[in-house]
Amino acid sequence: MSPSAWLQETVFWFFGTVLVLAALRVITAKHPVHAALFLVLCFFNTAVLWILSGAEFLGLVLVLIYVGAVLVLLLFVVMMLDVEVAKLREGFVRYAPLGVVIACLLVFELAYVFWAHALGFHALGHLPRVTATHNNTRALGTTLYRHDLYPFELAGMILLVGLIAAILLTLRRRPGIRSQNPAQQVRVRARDRIRLVSLPSGRRHSS
Amino acid sequence: MITLTDYLILGAILFAIAVMGLFINRKNLVVLLMCVELMLLAVNINFVAFSRYLENRTGQIFVFFVLTVAAAESAIGLALLVVVFRHRRSINVQDLDQLKG
Repeated sequence: MSPSAWLQETVFWFFGTVLVLAALRVITAKHPVHAALFLVLCFFNTAVLWILSGAEFLGLVLVLIYVGAVLVLLLFVVMMLDVEVAKLREGFVRYAPLGVVIACLLVFELAYVFWAHALGFHALGHLPRVTATHNNTRALGTTLYRHDLYPFELAGMILLVGLIAAILLTLRRRPGIRSQNPAQQVRVRARDRIRLVSLPSGRRHSS
Repeated sequence: MITLTDYLILGAILFAIAVMGLFINRKNLVVLLMCVELMLLAVNINFVAFSRYLENRTGQIFVFFVLTVAAAESAIGLALLVVVFRHRRSINVQDLDQLKG
């Protein structure tokens, strides 16, 4: 085995193991904040695995967008909510065996399919090497802007709709709060604000 | 060498852990959202592995769109969570029984 292949394998197994352990901690953590932080660890490890398999752009996007935006949002929300942790963990032990059984079943089923020769993956399972001149970001950008431009703009629309929906859902109008009305402020005329009153000039009493 | 099977098994394990999380954290709405994120991550790992295996970029484009939709989903999900918490002072799934389901 060449040194580079050995290094790749070591990196894959190390980060894969950490990924699985972190995922296990996400679902078993006592407090949701800890779960969110372990989820951050999961995403970092996945980013490393993606970069290892030649998808550098997606690895960076995962760190920037997912860890940088989505999970920070999640952390903010979890920290703002005053959650009773003990009550939420009721039934944890009761449902754990069922969860473990179903998870094991799922893994065995999927692993059976992957290891079975029916699909032919086993014989062809080696991943092609990434050449040194391969530029993932450029290739992805070319595909995205040349062939998939319409879906790309649709994705932008989805984000816009998500943005508006999130703002509209969390907006609350509380009575008794003084706030400005910009439309009215813009529309105002000078005569609405100042009233000129002509007063008779005062006469000095001469005595 | 790392094979396609390794990546697929990793994705399967991650997905199974997420399903297990749905079962054992069935009361905590926040952790349920996190489990859905983990599931999407597992699927994305498979997409990236297949994209490399088939030397076809379509898989990575798909991951791109899955990430977009997942970001919108988690934003709306968290907004709903905040609204629910404001109304019920709790994020316990069992308290959400107003629809009498």
